[in-house]
Amino acid sequence: MYAEFGETLDLETNQSLQALAAALRARKLPWLRDIVPALCGIALHVDPYHPELPDPILPHCEALLVECFKSAGRFEDSGRTVEVPVCYAAEFGLDLPELAQKLSLSQAEIAKRHARPVHRVLMVGFSPGQPYIGGLDPKLSVPRRATPRTRMPAGSVAIANLQTAVYPYETPGGWSIIGRTPLRVFDPVREPPSLFAPGDKVRFVPISLSEFERLR
Amino acid sequence: MSILVNKPGLLSTIQDGGRHGLQHIGVVPCGAMDGIALEFANALVGNTPAEAALEVTVLGPELLFEDDALVALCGAEFDARLNGATLPLDRPVLVGKGDRLHVVRAVVGARAYLAVAGGIATAPVLGSRSTYMPARFGGLEGRALRIGDRLPLAKDAARLAAARYARLQSKKVFDGAVRSVAWSVPALTRPEREPIVVHAMEGRHHDLFVAASQRAFFEASWRVSPDSNRMGFRLGGPALARARAGEINSEPACLGTVQVPSGGQPIALMADHQTTGGYPKIAEIAAADVPRLAQLAPGGSVRFARCTLEQAGELRRVLRRRVDSALRALNWTFR
Repeated sequence: MYAEFGETLDLETNQSLQALAAALRARKLPWLRDIVPALCGIALHVDPYHPELPDPILPHCEALLVECFKSAGRFEDSGRTVEVPVCYAAEFGLDLPELAQKLSLSQAEIAKRHARPVHRVLMVGFSPGQPYIGGLDPKLSVPRRATPRTRMPAGSVAIANLQTAVYPYETPGGWSIIGRTPLRVFDPVREPPSLFAPGDKVRFVPISLSEFERLR
Repeated sequence: MSILVNKPGLLSTIQDGGRHGLQHIGVVPCGAMDGIALEFANALVGNTPAEAALEVTVLGPELLFEDDALVALCGAEFDARLNGATLPLDRPVLVGKGDRLHVVRAVVGARAYLAVAGGIATAPVLGSRSTYMPARFGGLEGRALRIGDRLPLAKDAARLAAARYARLQSKKVFDGAVRSVAWSVPALTRPEREPIVVHAMEGRHHDLFVAASQRAFFEASWRVSPDSNRMGFRLGGPALARARAGEINSEPACLGTVQVPSGGQPIALMADHQTTGGYPKIAEIAAADVPRLAQLAPGGSVRFARCTLEQAGELRRVLRRRVDSALRALNWTFR
């Protein structure tokens, strides 16, 4: 089940969804497998064969959402700021030349504008640990590429619309690559496994090629 | 206690009931494509329903048992041989140290589950033994079986095999070259005549498509394309057109979601589905029918029958009753 709280992205809605997710999680409902706060909605995944699964499920979940929405506290800032070193060098920023032309900005200016603001993780999804990060300088806003790449290298830092994504694994993707981070975005045996969590602040820190090699 | 892999087969991976509860950090649920067959295979050897088993695909592996074990193969109808003799499906079979099990090829359906009493004992990752190949974790180093792999079994696998088989022996015994029983559980997910009929509800973005495409989705016969995998089944058929273009926000996706990328060929999301996606969703497949869809091999065909959420719930209850009644008949053997 997916409940949408608006069709456009705004930080306040996004943060109230994270508070809602926390309130739902605190209920520890055994039939509720996954609670996924998204950009502007929340998804509940149930165990379809759980003996305690409410029936009918939809009105029950709606009532539950309303109840938790009322009782949810305000969004609590985790206080975490994830610093993400990014090398914006030509080797990694595969789409920088094209973007520079499209946006009438120099490649260095794109990197500078990307690293300037404090961004926010709005959602983690698609593949393990992959963040959707809001807060991009509107001057850098471009739509997804017409033809997606079949392989985005692991660690790619890419932008589309008003967001940044960091690709934990080599996967296909349609966002424009502007750099690469040496950080391991997801590690199943680390605690916590995901570098990013919804609500985290993010700062992109420009690094040189040699720093990239050192940090890898 | 282990099984040696002499030949890996086309795609053999360790899968259990899935890695749940972590989709909010993007962790893909994985697990058996046909959860009903996994549950049956486990029940037949006395395991709990979601224990790790070997998922074999179309062309199966050749395995050498290095210890005694009690096994069951459920799901697709496979031609399988134990030391050359036909391995009966859908029932517990006692195998001995040094026995060779060759799961040759699927005859009807695509995937089967080889469960072993005590389970397959690889280390759990994030609460599950399921293999997730794109990120290389779970199962055996997050990959499909290779020649020379050893599947670790529970320490007491041989003892469990003997104890559980002893309780079966008092019952009617299989008349053949292998040590098994005369009864079997039903194969509830094996595909009937194609195109198989799978129930689906209209998806969130159903109305984004032109009327002709909305009709075509529920009328056409769709063919599972060769580039399908555990993440999704690409469906060949009429291209589905949207009434208007424009991007939608990425949002959570689910097992059985049917999304339509800009090219117009739908993709049914399966066990390794991405947790979020930005393509419009034309339909959601009823949970009860996902395991049957999972039994189609590339080239197999499917038609979607429109259903409501209530009907999908009823399909699920009916399937559950059939599974439970089959499992109840087993209770006297193990519990």
